[in-house]
Amino acid sequence: MSADIFLWLTQDGVTNGAIYALLALALLLVFAVTRVIFVPQGEFITFAGLSLALLEAGRTPGTLYILVFGGLAAAAIETFDALRGRAWRRLPRVAALYIALPVAVALLVAWAAPRKFDQWVQVLLVLAMVVPLGPIVYRIAYQPLANASVLVLFIVSMAVHYVLTGLSLVFFGGEGLRSRPFSEAKFKLGVVDISAQSLLVVGASVVLIIALWLLFEHTLYGKALRATAMNRVGARLVGIPTVLTGHLSFLLASFIGAVSGILIAPITTLYYDTGFLIGLKGFVGAILGGMGSYPLAAVGSVAVGLLESFSSFWASAFKEVIVFTMIIPVLAWLSLRSRHLEEEEE
Amino acid sequence: MNPANAALRRHWALLAFVAFLLAAPFLLSEFYVTLMNYIGLATLVTLGLVLLTGVAGLMSFGQQAFVGIGAYATAVLTTVYGGSPWLGLAAGLALTGLVALGLGLITVRLSGHYLPISTIAWGISVYFVFGNLEVLGRYNGLGGVPALSLFGWTVDTGRKSYALIWIAALAALLAARNLLDSRAGRAVRALRFRATMAESFGVDTAQLKLVIFLYAALLASLSGWLYAHFVRFVSPGAFNVNIGIEYLFMAVVGGASQVWGAVIGASLLTLLREWLKDILPKFFEQSGNYELIVFGLLMLPLLHHARDGLMPVFARLAPHRRAAPAPSAAAPALALRARPAAGEALLELTEVRKNFGGLAAVQRLSFDMRSGEILALIGPNGAGKSTVFNLVTGVLPADGGEIRFRGERIDALPARRIARRGIARTFQHVNLVGSMPVLENVALGAHLRGAKGSMAAMLRLDRLEERRLLQEAARQLERVGLAAHLADAAANLPLGQQRVVEIARALAADPVLLLLDEPAAGLRLQEKQALAGLLRGLRAEGMSILLVEHDMDFVMGLVDRLVVMDFGEKIAEGLPRAIQSDPAVIEAYLGGIA
Repeated sequence: MSADIFLWLTQDGVTNGAIYALLALALLLVFAVTRVIFVPQGEFITFAGLSLALLEAGRTPGTLYILVFGGLAAAAIETFDALRGRAWRRLPRVAALYIALPVAVALLVAWAAPRKFDQWVQVLLVLAMVVPLGPIVYRIAYQPLANASVLVLFIVSMAVHYVLTGLSLVFFGGEGLRSRPFSEAKFKLGVVDISAQSLLVVGASVVLIIALWLLFEHTLYGKALRATAMNRVGARLVGIPTVLTGHLSFLLASFIGAVSGILIAPITTLYYDTGFLIGLKGFVGAILGGMGSYPLAAVGSVAVGLLESFSSFWASAFKEVIVFTMIIPVLAWLSLRSRHLEEEEE
Repeated sequence: MNPANAALRRHWALLAFVAFLLAAPFLLSEFYVTLMNYIGLATLVTLGLVLLTGVAGLMSFGQQAFVGIGAYATAVLTTVYGGSPWLGLAAGLALTGLVALGLGLITVRLSGHYLPISTIAWGISVYFVFGNLEVLGRYNGLGGVPALSLFGWTVDTGRKSYALIWIAALAALLAARNLLDSRAGRAVRALRFRATMAESFGVDTAQLKLVIFLYAALLASLSGWLYAHFVRFVSPGAFNVNIGIEYLFMAVVGGASQVWGAVIGASLLTLLREWLKDILPKFFEQSGNYELIVFGLLMLPLLHHARDGLMPVFARLAPHRRAAPAPSAAAPALALRARPAAGEALLELTEVRKNFGGLAAVQRLSFDMRSGEILALIGPNGAGKSTVFNLVTGVLPADGGEIRFRGERIDALPARRIARRGIARTFQHVNLVGSMPVLENVALGAHLRGAKGSMAAMLRLDRLEERRLLQEAARQLERVGLAAHLADAAANLPLGQQRVVEIARALAADPVLLLLDEPAAGLRLQEKQALAGLLRGLRAEGMSILLVEHDMDFVMGLVDRLVVMDFGEKIAEGLPRAIQSDPAVIEAYLGGIA
C-alpha cells in the first residue's frame, strides 16, 4: 500500500469515525439516563440525510408526515392521560408542543421545499423536522415503561426500529440518495489531499462533543441528566422527574442523530434502512470503549471508522463482517474481567 | 375418577392440539399446509427463545444466524459435495454447536444488555458472510437442495415435510416442558432473577446458561436443516436481521415464559405476516416489507399492557392447572451427609477483611465455631453481619484473612463449591422464585443431592430421583410447619412464612452448617417459639447454626454463644449472660446512656 492510499484511507476512516463517535456518545447518554438501548437512533440519521437530499432536489421530504402523525399520536396519548387524570390544564401545552409545533414545521417545510433555499437553510429545516421526533418517540413508546427492565426496553427499541424503518420505506421509497457536499475545496497536506468536507465533519463532531460536555458540566439540565445517570432513584428523590430527563436525553439523541445524518449524507449513499447499520456502528464503538466511558467510546468509534475504511480496501465484500465481528474479542475481554453475577430485578 | 380419566382432563388442551395437527394435512389445502410448515419451523426457533429469553433471561436477536448455519451446512454438503442430507444435519448441528459454544462462553457471563447487542452484531456478520462467499452462491443462494429420504420414503411434498417438521416441533416442545419440570429446570427458572441464590445452592449458573444457549441454537439449526430440505433452496434473505427480530417478537407475543407460548407466537405472527403481505401492497405503490410497521405497532401496546404475552389469555380458555408436584411416599429417602462429631472445629475466621470502596464493612474479624453449637452474630444495623454471611458463603470474595471450614480454606472458593461442602444459608432479603410453587423452591435447596442433568430431564429419565427430591422437600416443609402450602406460589405467602420457606430450602440441602440471616423477622410470637423449638431440635440432631438476629429475647434463650460486631469489628464474644452485661455491647447498642 502506498503512503497516499494509506493517508487517504486514514482520512476516510477518521471522518466516518468522528460520526460514529457522536452517535456513540448519544447512545451512551440515552442508556445511562433511561436504560434504553436506543437502536432507532439510526433512523434519525436516515430521516435527516434523505430529507436533506430531497430538499436539495426541491422535493418535499416525507419526514414532515412522520412528524405530524407522530405528534398527533403523542398528543392523543397525552390527551387521554390528561382526561383520565382530570388535568385539563395540561391540554393547551400538549396542543402547542405535539400539534401546533409539528404542523407549523411541516407547513414551513412544504412552503420552502420547492424554493431551493441556501444549503444552511435546508439544514435548519431538516433539524426542525427531525429533532422533535426524539421526544415524540419517547412519549409514545418509552415513557409508559420508564420502570421496565433493560431487556423489555430493548424489545421496545426493536419495535420502534421496525415502525420507523417501515415508515422510512413508505415515505422515501427504495431509491438511494446522496446530498451535495458542503464544500468541494481540498487542501494539500504533504502528499495527501484533505477535503474540506472531511474537516467539516471532524470539526463539527469535535465542536458538538465539547458543547455536550459544557452542557453537562455547566447547566442545570445537564446536571439533572448526570444525576439521573448516576443514580435514578436518588435523582427522583431530589425532585428530578424521570419524564423530564427522558425527554431531554431523547431530544439530544435525535439532535445528534440528525446532525450525523446531515454530515454523512454527502459521503455515503443513503437508503431507507442504511441508518440502522450506521447507528449500530456507533454501538460497536461504544462497546469497544467498554460501554461506560465517553472518551473511550469516542476512541473506540474512531477505531471502528479506521477498521472499516482499511477493510474496505483489502476485503471490501467483508467490510461489515469485520466491523461487526470486532465486538466479539472485546466482549471476551470484558467477560474475563467480570466476576459479577447478572441478575434482573423483578 | 380413574387415573386415565384424570390425565385426559389434565391434558385435554395438549391432546386437542395433537389431534388438530394429525387432522390438518387431510383437511387443509396445500397453501395452508405450507403455512403450517412455516409455523412449525418458526416454533422450533421460538421455543429456543422462550427458554433463553423468557425463562433464563438471556435475550438473543441472532437466532436466524443459527437457522442459516443449519440450512447452509446441509445445502452446501448436498449440492456442492453430493453428501447425504443426514450428514448435512450432523454437520449443521456440529457447526452450530461450535459457534454457539464460542459465542456463549464469551457472552452469557455478561448477559444484561451486552448479549442482545452482540447477537444483532453477529447476526449481521453471518448474513454478510452468506451473501459474499462464492461457495455459498453469494446473494443468489443455492438451489437444487435434494429432498430428504427416510427408509425409502421420500419427503418431497409439503404434506410429507409437514409430518417431519411437526414431529420435530412436538418432540422439542415436550422435551422443553420436561426440562422445565425437573431438577435442572428449577435451576433454569431461578437464573433470571435469583442467580446468586442458585449459586449458593450449588448451581453452576454460567454453565446452565451456556446449556440453554446451546439448546436454543441447536433447535434453530434443526429448523434450518428442515427448512432447506422443505424449500429446497437457501439464500441469505431468509436469514437477515429482521427475521431474527421477528423470532423474538414471536416469543414475546406468545408469552416468553411458557413453552406453549412458542406455538402461539409463531402461529399468530406467521399468519399475520401472510395476511399483511396479501393486503398491504394494495395500499402502497411500491413493493416492500411494509408489514414491519404493523408488527412494530402491535408490539408496543403488547409491551405496555400485556408483558406476559398472549399465553395467559389462551391459558384462561383452556384452564389446564398443572397438578402440584405431589410427593409420593414410595421413593427411597435421599442419602444423608456424614456429620462431624460434636465439638469438632467447624468454622474458623482469621483476620477477615472486606471493604466496599472506602467503607470497611468487615475489619480483621476473627472467631470460631464448633460443631453442634448455635452461635449468634449480633450487632447494630450496618455492623457488617450480613457481609460476614456473604463472605463465609462465597457470595462476596474476602479482601484478606482466612476462612476455614472443617479445617480447609474456603475463602477463595465460589459459592457453589462452598455449598457442596455442607454450608446452606437463608437470605436477609427473601430470595425465592416467586412464581414457582413452595415445594419446588425447597427442592431447589436439594439441588446438590441429585445428579440428573438436562438431557436426562428432557428424556424423562430422571423421574425416580425427582420423586426423591420432591419428597425430601415435602419432608422439610412439614418439619417447618408449612405442609399446607406445598402447591402455593412462593410469592403468595406472607413475608414471615417466606422466611420459613427459606429455612426449609436450606435444610433440604442437608447441611452441616446452617446460616440463618434474621430468620425470626416478621414472625408472630407463636411462630417464633415454634422456630426456636425447630432450631433446638436441629441442634439436638447435631446441626451447627450460625444466625444473625435482632430479636434479643429470641437469641438469648436459644443460642450457646454470641459474637457482637459494631462497625465491622468484633467488640465482644461470649455466653449470653456475659454479653448482656458487657459494657462495650451496651455502649454500641444504647450509645453509652446506660
